[in-house]
Amino acid sequence: MVIMLKQEILQNEKIICYHCGDDCPSNTIRIEDKYFCCEGCKLVYEILEENQLCKYYSIEDKPGKKQNVFFHKEKYSYLDDEDLIKQLLDFSEGDLARVSFVIPSMHCSSCIWLLENLHKINPAFVSSRVDFLNKTLTLTFNKKSITLRQVVELLASIGYEPEIKYDLIEKKKKVDVNKKLYYKIGIAGFAFGNIMLLSFPEYLAIDESSLGLKGIFGWLSIIISLPLFFYSGSDYLISAYKGLRRKIINIDVPLALGIIFLFFRSVYEIAFQVGAGYLDSLAGLLFFMNLGRLFQNKTFETLNFERDYKSFFPLAVSVKVKGIESTMPISRLKSGDKIVIRNNELIPADAVLYLGEANIDYSFVTGESLPVKKNPGEIIYAGGRQTGSAIELEVIKEVSQSYLTRLWNENKIKREEEHGVSMLANKISRYFTPAILFIALAAALYWIQYDIRTAVNVFTAVLIIACPCALALSTPFTMGNAIRILGKNKFYLKNTAVIERLNKIDTVVFDKTGTITQSGEFEISFVGNEFTDYEREIIKSLVKNSTHPLSLKIAEYLGECSSTYKISDYEEISGEGIEALIDNKSVKAGSRSFIASKGFVNETRGDFNTKVYISIDRDNKGFFLIKNSYRAGLESLITELKKDKEIHLITGDNEGEKTNLLNYFPDESKLNFHQTPVDKLEYINRLNESSKKVLMLGDGLNDAGALANSYVGVTISESSSYFSPACDGILDASRFPQLVKYLNFAKTSNNIVVMSFIISLMYNVIGISVAVQGLLSPIFAAILMPVSSISVVLFATLSTSFLGKRRGLL
Amino acid sequence: MSVIAVLIICSLIVAAGFLIAFLWAVRSGQYEDKYTPSVRILFDDENESDSKLGNNFDKLNSEKS
Repeated sequence: MVIMLKQEILQNEKIICYHCGDDCPSNTIRIEDKYFCCEGCKLVYEILEENQLCKYYSIEDKPGKKQNVFFHKEKYSYLDDEDLIKQLLDFSEGDLARVSFVIPSMHCSSCIWLLENLHKINPAFVSSRVDFLNKTLTLTFNKKSITLRQVVELLASIGYEPEIKYDLIEKKKKVDVNKKLYYKIGIAGFAFGNIMLLSFPEYLAIDESSLGLKGIFGWLSIIISLPLFFYSGSDYLISAYKGLRRKIINIDVPLALGIIFLFFRSVYEIAFQVGAGYLDSLAGLLFFMNLGRLFQNKTFETLNFERDYKSFFPLAVSVKVKGIESTMPISRLKSGDKIVIRNNELIPADAVLYLGEANIDYSFVTGESLPVKKNPGEIIYAGGRQTGSAIELEVIKEVSQSYLTRLWNENKIKREEEHGVSMLANKISRYFTPAILFIALAAALYWIQYDIRTAVNVFTAVLIIACPCALALSTPFTMGNAIRILGKNKFYLKNTAVIERLNKIDTVVFDKTGTITQSGEFEISFVGNEFTDYEREIIKSLVKNSTHPLSLKIAEYLGECSSTYKISDYEEISGEGIEALIDNKSVKAGSRSFIASKGFVNETRGDFNTKVYISIDRDNKGFFLIKNSYRAGLESLITELKKDKEIHLITGDNEGEKTNLLNYFPDESKLNFHQTPVDKLEYINRLNESSKKVLMLGDGLNDAGALANSYVGVTISESSSYFSPACDGILDASRFPQLVKYLNFAKTSNNIVVMSFIISLMYNVIGISVAVQGLLSPIFAAILMPVSSISVVLFATLSTSFLGKRRGLL
Repeated sequence: MSVIAVLIICSLIVAAGFLIAFLWAVRSGQYEDKYTPSVRILFDDENESDSKLGNNFDKLNSEKS
């Protein structure tokens, strides 16, 4: 109660933006009784108000997101390009066109409502449909009354700027595999139920009197099982065939053998009226198998594990030709082109700066959040983001030839992706299949002495009953459940095969910046004489004026100050520092060369840490030492990991932190500094060559090559919607200390799979011992096969859930 | 016994009807987005008053929290 009251008081004191819920710096921006934090929010409100869409504000409280709704007038002019429009549209016929966009700022039910009511703003929209989890908006609009450019501009002006990236034009043809799987399950389920119904006379042994019906029932079953066999079972047959052609006996080979013999023997038995066939078993088997695949196909819709530079770079960039600016798709950029990059825009290709002040934020690339200053004449690599005023550059390499993009295109080991079924199951199949064939042949040879028909029957019966459906089901259900449990703990894996690989890890390689350090978080200490209160306030007054991340951090470090002094002649020299006249004293904060003059306090050579020097009236006071702060739990994580794994560190940074890092990392020779992205990749490759199973933990684009080539590449991400390079798994930064726990859980899941294998092999032994005696009856098969499948499925899912719960993961 | 044949045919037709309904549902995309429709259904129709809609969502929000 007390807390609630406090909150209320706080709310009374602060004015909160009606649109986005942020604090308003002043109460000047307002419409009637509604206050706004910025002109952008107000503008969005005005548009919505004008179109009677204010319901937006009643669905969720403060649904807006603060973002820049003012964009450069020509920003989207490239969308007038006919070729590009054609590539972007999903479909276009007559006056109608359909397009789908990813809209990152979509986040609540108000967003859904507004985006689905766009027709109220402009009647040219015929329909709009939101897929919330995928953050996509599909729009159908009338081409005659609105252009694609206007569509995008409208969305941007109400705060829902679509993400138009380079890969948008390539991703158009996405086949939905899941849809086919649903069809297959539907058909198999239908067949399963109906064939069982038709088999009832057989189960109840009502044969003699209703012989006529039995014939009809048999033929009906065959008709039903045709789509079952040829459609629902096709994946297993095709996969087995593909495996055999590559001379690999995968788990699908014995499965396919079982399916084929089940089907043809049943057809034979029914056609010649020698038996009832095993079609019910076949239907049950295919139903469970396909269900298992659906369970395994658990994907995290909102995450993307396949991103490369194309989903990162913009689709177009401003180009200056003979002084006239226009936009051009980046695929057409050639070396020599002059490009203009504005605040917060990305540099799409390696280029030389020739005009303007560049402050490049490479946080996407390296994880380092402090901008780097570049002077005219310097090369700026693609992937950096300009902060500050517009700059002009001359492209020196095409996009596909740029330094970072080449990391993707070259040197990439194509890891064999096992489709669904696990490596372990495939390994077992290599011995299992010949063993089964041997038993079947031996039994047939034994029976051939007595009766050739029994011999054939026994041979097929062994292959049918040995069909390793329970074996094939144990991996998808165990791993499918494990992936869900890990997903709940914010460790998102690309597919179930990754869990199996995690289990074999013996080497862990860390990246430094952004991975073991927290990006944007710094440890600040002051080296020099203690400030007097007066000095502290003066410095605070100075740094308060700058929005540079370092100034903000120092201001935070200095804490609240009671009084602030009048400030004049304020000047910010980007990349150098800030200075001003405060209380008639010249106060400076910035780099060493910026402060210049007199002796420095406690200066140590070879120290590479970031420092901000302070001087007051030319008197040097010392410097703020700014260090990246390590993630909480790093120490215990490494202590746990180094028990049975090698620990490496590769970083592009200098050795400034070396002594500090040695507190955490055991082996100095495994700390590697000054590593370029290519070095990182080669480092991983060397580890691979010495047959190490490497788990790479990285974050930025510069780790992309290393992540792709490691046995398992995991990205540490501050927020799951944030950019992450192609990888096998994404670990939420807040769960970083839990990594060991997750690795252990992967190991447990693997053990569960092994145990389910043993159970299902026991069923096989029972089945085969009956089959070799020539006693396999349809009813026995119809009971044993579903029972074995269901019991293995139950064991796999329940034991993973149980163990997950015991470890506090559920 | 011929009544059984009739019954079986009836049951097959009914089952086939459900199968077709399922296939249609998959085809029309009902299995693609399993989240958004659950939000969409809570939006009131246009002719209802805004305040009422606000109340519905207030309730929903308070339940959530």
